[in-house]
Amino acid sequence: MIARQMKHRGSALWIAAMIHRLSGLALAIFLPFHFLVLALAIQGGARLDSFLRWTDQPLVKLAEGGLVFLLAVHLLGGLRILAIENFDWRDGQKQLATIAAAISVLIAAGFLATVF
Amino acid sequence: MNVRLYVWQRATAAVMAPLVLGHIALIFYATRQGLTAADILARTQGSIVWAAYYGVFVAAASIHAAIGVRNVLGEWSPLTERRAGMFALLFGLILAALGARAVAAVVL
Amino acid sequence: MSGTLFELSVSLWRGGQEGRYENYHVPRRASQTVLDVVTFVQRHLDPTLSYRFACRVGVCGSCAMTVNGRPRWTCRTHVSKVADSGRLEIGPLANLPVIKDLTTDMEQFFVKWQRAKGAFVPSQTRRDAIAQIRPDTPARVAADAAIECINCGVCYAGCDTVRWNSAYLGPAALTRAWTLINDERDAGNAARLQAISASGGCHACHSHQSCQELCPQALNPTAAIAGLKKRTTAAYLKGEIKP
Repeated sequence: MIARQMKHRGSALWIAAMIHRLSGLALAIFLPFHFLVLALAIQGGARLDSFLRWTDQPLVKLAEGGLVFLLAVHLLGGLRILAIENFDWRDGQKQLATIAAAISVLIAAGFLATVF
Repeated sequence: MNVRLYVWQRATAAVMAPLVLGHIALIFYATRQGLTAADILARTQGSIVWAAYYGVFVAAASIHAAIGVRNVLGEWSPLTERRAGMFALLFGLILAALGARAVAAVVL
Repeated sequence: MSGTLFELSVSLWRGGQEGRYENYHVPRRASQTVLDVVTFVQRHLDPTLSYRFACRVGVCGSCAMTVNGRPRWTCRTHVSKVADSGRLEIGPLANLPVIKDLTTDMEQFFVKWQRAKGAFVPSQTRRDAIAQIRPDTPARVAADAAIECINCGVCYAGCDTVRWNSAYLGPAALTRAWTLINDERDAGNAARLQAISASGGCHACHSHQSCQELCPQALNPTAAIAGLKKRTTAAYLKGEIKP
């Protein structure tokens, strides 16, 4: 066994940082597919339309809701970091991170409400 | 991560903040209206505004994502910083190429 | 295995980088600190235990160890505050090579201090008049807020980026660089800004803020590093730094 590692990982800001990193990675993986789908339009609207029909499935809509959450949480978390790095220090970062996550959930929920 | 990469990553982030907000608004609008491909293309084809909006978005996203991927690879994979940089550059170029193609597909 | 009303069940790391936790039973005492516990083991149970301490009163930073998963000053950590059900697990500080048992090799910590140009560079000599430094200028206020670091290594041990990025200078070294950048007597800022803008410098910080949460002196390295990011960005845009 090697000497034990840290147990601080439950902290809100560590979780916020992980969500920011993982959402970024997920979006980076998603983007090429998003671009490939949009480029279907080159072949005329019909090809894109048949893809859009595929996205009508409930599971796909749920996945899209997940993507909207990832985009929103990455944006809002990123804005919090930009604020830390460019303006005067303010305390309450845990609260800000939690608010960012909560708003992202609301945005994703709002999206799901429109598509279902 | 050095100061040069940092500045590029944060600058592209700042540029994209309003673009992402606009994109989310667009997603809501398009899904609410139930837009078809024809509806979308009718709005985007021949439009300088959409070309500019998404052209900038694609460029910024490619740079931002590439630097992000570089950082994550450097910290979480066994790759050396140099290798991580090469992989990230490749990824960024692929994103930019696919993105440019996608923008062209809807505006031309 | 839990402790009892009268005894603590204590696991201590024994060995080097590889090793194992060994268990000891230590009598409870009123106002007992974790350092008291470690000292009891070494004096009464196992004289081969290696650990560091000096002042015992929270001013030297020598006794920092990992206590139940968190880096702390053991002399200022009351057992009553941390021992859930009478259990303590004590190991060496993380992110540093283990020499033996609870002692780590702090060399990298101090090498990075030097690498960050964390040393004062004088701009005057003894023949010049003493510099008049007002304590209420924004720069001095910023420096004073970050100056009380005693190099205990707790922030370094708690930092994920230190763990993931071997080149990362770390919160303590960068915080010291911040105090010097804000010191109007210091003449070394050109080299210092360059040093902290390279790979592994202040831009590697992800603002997890574990350092601020853990610092026993209530310092805020995350804020200091944010200040460095601002300064280096401005310097870079003006062409003063070549990355």
